[in-house]
Amino acid sequence: MTVTAEATTSMAQALNRALRDALTADERVVIFGEDVGALGGVFRITDGLTRDFGEQRCFDTPLAEAGILGTAIGMAMNGLRPVVEMQFDAFAYPAFEQLTSHVAKMRNRTRGKVTLPLVIRVPYAGGIGGVEHHSDSSEAYYVHTPGLHVVTPSTVDDAYALLRAAIDSPDPVIFLEPKRLYWSKAAQSLGTATIGQAAVRREGRSATLIAYGPTVPTALDAAREAESEGWDLEVIDLRSLVPFDEETVSASVRKTGRAVVVHEAQGFAGFGAEIAARVTERCFHHLHAPIARVTGFDIPYPPPKLEHHHLPSVDRILDAVASLQWDES
Amino acid sequence: MTSTPFVEAPATHPLLPGPIPLRFVDEDGHTVGDPTRRLPEPSLLRELYRRLVVGRRFDKQATALTKQGRLAVYPSSHGQEACQVGAVLALRPTDWLFPTYRESVALVTRDIDPVDVLTLLRGDWHCGYDPYAHAAAPQCTPLATQTLHAVGFAQAGRVKGEDTVTLAFAGDGATSEGDFHEALNFAAVFNAPTVFLVQNNGYAISVPLSRQSKAPTLAHKAIGYGIPGVVVDGNDVVAVYTAVRDAAERARRGNGPTLIEAMTYRLDAHTNADDATRYRSDDEVERWRRADPLARFERYLRHEGVLDDAAVAEVAAEAERFAADLRDRMNAEPALDPADLFAHVYAEPTPQLREQAAQLAEELQ
Repeated sequence: MTVTAEATTSMAQALNRALRDALTADERVVIFGEDVGALGGVFRITDGLTRDFGEQRCFDTPLAEAGILGTAIGMAMNGLRPVVEMQFDAFAYPAFEQLTSHVAKMRNRTRGKVTLPLVIRVPYAGGIGGVEHHSDSSEAYYVHTPGLHVVTPSTVDDAYALLRAAIDSPDPVIFLEPKRLYWSKAAQSLGTATIGQAAVRREGRSATLIAYGPTVPTALDAAREAESEGWDLEVIDLRSLVPFDEETVSASVRKTGRAVVVHEAQGFAGFGAEIAARVTERCFHHLHAPIARVTGFDIPYPPPKLEHHHLPSVDRILDAVASLQWDES
Repeated sequence: MTSTPFVEAPATHPLLPGPIPLRFVDEDGHTVGDPTRRLPEPSLLRELYRRLVVGRRFDKQATALTKQGRLAVYPSSHGQEACQVGAVLALRPTDWLFPTYRESVALVTRDIDPVDVLTLLRGDWHCGYDPYAHAAAPQCTPLATQTLHAVGFAQAGRVKGEDTVTLAFAGDGATSEGDFHEALNFAAVFNAPTVFLVQNNGYAISVPLSRQSKAPTLAHKAIGYGIPGVVVDGNDVVAVYTAVRDAAERARRGNGPTLIEAMTYRLDAHTNADDATRYRSDDEVERWRRADPLARFERYLRHEGVLDDAAVAEVAAEAERFAADLRDRMNAEPALDPADLFAHVYAEPTPQLREQAAQLAEELQ
């Protein structure tokens, strides 16, 4: 593992570095989307790539998401490894048919003859004061579609390592970038990661907080606050929603006997429901309380001045922890 | 108020289709148009004829297999064979086809085993052939979506320094889909070597062309993307062959995509499940029957002395053998392995899929 010279790197810079290193490592990698060329993307994730690698490797397209993904499919069929950017979560919806009918199914339709090693980068979730259509947590649409891997980093290291792993994957990967964390900083190591493995970010014995992407830092904050209440919380960062690392999650819940799932997306039929159901099926006799969920409300994403009411907060997580039937155990 | 100076637009533009569809052979089997225009060599004409006959016989057999319950459904190409045969033979075998569900005759013309072509419709699996072995993408059901794949595939070919051309098929109904528009636009902007072939058979299942578009012709849409549009008589196999060949060579030389609209007609219903009498008249069908692409071409070839009774009989016998072989092999029930359901979702099954595969295997014991 190499440690970079600079003391602090932002998640945005780590993602840029991952794209840069992938372009260098594999001549089949091509990057395209809206404003990813001269501008470097609206979040600057592709900053300087066209300048340094040329128009053939990183280029702007017409403003049409189905077109971006549809042509990426053809390129992947013909031996390239496209990494496309959907500018914002809600802007990815026009590409949904290409995604569900072709990206997710091509390997299956052709019994493995045609595979689509491509990455769809989606800046997602809220907390940045974006106006409507700029803050959706759209992961449930993707995880419900067999054939896709769905990955989301919460740390600077994972942003690099998971994006490199996604680009190297033989399967299509939805790479969800929590835009609120783009500017979070850490000393970066250029490590590797395996898609499908969750990480225990904090060890604890009282209860397990299960989070991913933008809610991992919130869960860690809640765990620190909980110490004063006498709770020693374990925090799991899923990193990969599909494949879902049931082993790591179940092992933790068997140990702690209590769990809270935390995500920003609306709760109804959300990914948290799947986690709660699966963990209950596997760990029922270890549970002291039903698994709780702290999620966004079942509403369209709120306007910027109201979004703080919607987002899972430390207080809401602690309230959920408090509800886990402590007196009865 | 002053009047705006009026500059008279030219009556035609190089990107617009000509005033009448490109046609070489009329419905009576006579050549039409510029007499100095050369038709293909007799050997190629015979090959076009042979493929038309075999393609039609295949189509008829597939319809019969559907009536016998061997196929779940079959979207017939009857009447549209010239579009599919002419287009495929105009390309190199390494040029990629991006077919829809109606292009079964095109795939058979590409020499894909007809049993593998019908895997989808028999319900054994989705795509039954190896796309890389035949340079043919899986037949696509969601309308116009695969036209974008054709463009991306063509772009990648250029990046890799290859001179592959891709052919994107679509029907008239699919021209209303957004993906069709995006594919033409991407192809134009990136100068992709893609030929778009719209088989305009007048109906999207039951909905007539007038409900799809108000454009003078579908090929007129091309000028909106800055690429040439061409209208051909889709029941004239020589016209289709020539238009696709010219467009493919233009694309191969680096001059970009072309939109070709082939005017044709589906003589059968949309599929066996469709009742075409609800939306079109017997008179209309009869008119188009007289424009039959195969009968017309055979009249022309006999008139030109390229075909005689013996040659016709020989091709007919070949087509019968082809159909008999297909019938025999389609009567055999293939062994299907339910484990395949889980084998090709990901390169490696997820832990959850492994559990489900084990569950199904246990149920089957």
